[in-house]
Amino acid sequence: MLKELWDYRELFFFMAWRDIKLRYKQTVLGVLWALIQPFFTMVVFSVIFGQMANISSGGIPRPVFYLSALIPWIYFSSTLSSAGLSLVSNSTLLTKIYFPRIILPGSAALGGLLDFGIASAMLIGFLVYFGMPMGVELLLWPVLVIPLAMLAFGIGAFLAALNVKYRDVKYAIPFGIQLWLFISPVIYPVSVVPESYRWLLAFNPMTGLIEGFRYAVAPSAGLDLGILAISVGISVSVFILGIVYFKRTERAFADIV
Amino acid sequence: MTYAIEIHDLAKRYNIGTQNQLGSLREHLVDFAKNPFGIRQSKEGKDSIWALNGLSFSAQEGEVVGIVGRNGAGKSTLLKVLSRITYPTRGAVTVRGRVAALLEVGTGFHEELTGRENVYLNGSILGMRKREVDMQFDKIVAFSGIEKFIDTPIKRYSSGMRLRLGFAVAAHLNPDVLIVDEVLAVGDAEFQKKCVTAMEGLRGTGRTVLFVSHNLAAVEHLCSRAIWIDGGKIRQDGEPTDVIKAYMGQYAGGQSSGTDLEEGLHRTGNGDVRFTRIEYLNMDGTPRGITRSGDDLVIRLHYRADKAARDVNFGILLYTQMGTLLTWTSNWHHGKLIPSLPPGDGYVDLEIDSLNLVPGTYAFSLWLTGEDQKVLDKIETGLSLEVEVSDVYNCGRVLESKWGTIYFPQRWKIPEFAHQNP
Repeated sequence: MLKELWDYRELFFFMAWRDIKLRYKQTVLGVLWALIQPFFTMVVFSVIFGQMANISSGGIPRPVFYLSALIPWIYFSSTLSSAGLSLVSNSTLLTKIYFPRIILPGSAALGGLLDFGIASAMLIGFLVYFGMPMGVELLLWPVLVIPLAMLAFGIGAFLAALNVKYRDVKYAIPFGIQLWLFISPVIYPVSVVPESYRWLLAFNPMTGLIEGFRYAVAPSAGLDLGILAISVGISVSVFILGIVYFKRTERAFADIV
Repeated sequence: MTYAIEIHDLAKRYNIGTQNQLGSLREHLVDFAKNPFGIRQSKEGKDSIWALNGLSFSAQEGEVVGIVGRNGAGKSTLLKVLSRITYPTRGAVTVRGRVAALLEVGTGFHEELTGRENVYLNGSILGMRKREVDMQFDKIVAFSGIEKFIDTPIKRYSSGMRLRLGFAVAAHLNPDVLIVDEVLAVGDAEFQKKCVTAMEGLRGTGRTVLFVSHNLAAVEHLCSRAIWIDGGKIRQDGEPTDVIKAYMGQYAGGQSSGTDLEEGLHRTGNGDVRFTRIEYLNMDGTPRGITRSGDDLVIRLHYRADKAARDVNFGILLYTQMGTLLTWTSNWHHGKLIPSLPPGDGYVDLEIDSLNLVPGTYAFSLWLTGEDQKVLDKIETGLSLEVEVSDVYNCGRVLESKWGTIYFPQRWKIPEFAHQNP
């Protein structure tokens, strides 16, 4: 399988390139959309949850507090839906030509990284603006992208394979993402959750990852290494399980899609 | 000699039951509740069909093999299995070398991307390296003949331009084994000539080609060997001329010069006048080979009258396979009355100017009535008419079964502005 993927590596990049091209074709603002979404979400969150509901941001400037979680979250949620729908939306390819099917959810996960990178640059701008120290912890930001992408790809590949058979998935994805946002520490820091319940949060791999991303740009937020380790472990497991399920079902894709 | 393609006892079953195909999760949950231990009921039921059923052959390196057979014989399934799009239920396939499968021209073309971008994307999907596309790019564009529009999104292309671009990419592939489905039927006459030349160029290059087509002349012209597939099995394998002759002959002996109606059919009526034979002819009275969408067709109904009969009507009812009546016609419908029919053998002809049906199998029934609508002979089941695919709109795209049941003789008029480049 790995050798075959290597043989098809160009197609892999071409599909990611196609997804990126298509995303911004015939748009006026083009790639600015990669900034608009996290920026305005951050503004709304700051006003509603920060000013009005007065939820703690743990002493970190609110724009940095929200953006550091929103940027990985937006990558995660958009990859989940684009990878999850990738097989069905490319059904003509599936029935007309052979290539390793895993390229479709894979290129969706890869293509989303561009937006992630652009938005990360904006976050750096905010760090400079607020005069926040940029220490060695910042290196954690790109490192954590690896488990994040593995998690998003693993779930995305699983959903994609499931969606070939059960179109219910299409409706479940947006709804699931919405719920998942609220059980992840995007709007609130983990520290507001009573200590006795925190272990529950560890089951959600996005908890440790988001806390890790936040720690990378604002070390004062602190980091629970135990939770991060569990989250990374779950992400890697989900990645492997997603691939296994995908490979086990892919033989039937062209017949039932 | 090394084999480029080896196929052994290949079989493919499709489940055609609706539940297994595109069920929703809820249906499967209900199934699960009914049968929680997953005890498998036999899958061999009437809900499955064998598209391929024990097919074996090998093709040597450099052979150009044409595959012929009627609709549903298993040709497309064979190509899909060979190109690894779908997996066989049983059997083994070995293909040596780099494979390119062209089941469609321009696979993966995206409307929003420009011609240039689509050439790269399509090339990559078909297994070309970027470097190869770079090197061949100018040749590809020149072949397609649309240099001027190469940086225009292809949503502004006409269907002809799209086909040209798609075939241009395909013609510059460099595989060891090429699998081609019906792509020769594209574009205008001049472009078709270009395509045939490109295909001819493949002969003698050591490349193995598997070519499926309804165009028997093209198979005969281009291939060094032909395989006739029928019912998911190989019916004949050999010299293209021989195989095509036998294939055509099957129709001449079976459907075209007609079906014997004297025995083996369930019938009702008093039998004073009986159908003896049905023939399919061309307008000039010569036996008809294959009948395709849009063809003209003469259906000749032979009868034998044991005694004289009065007020005779010959009727034919044509149905879809699902049993929907498509049309009912008789000499009475046309006001062509037959007040008296003398004893003896004879025939009547039904001339159809254009058989405006999509490809597929149609059932029909025949009836003969006499005085006071008394039934003389009626054959309600067991008769069918095969309609094969054809490029009825003359555009390089064959009429497909899924486009309905019938089509109208028709034209689209597109105003001038739509042709202009934005």
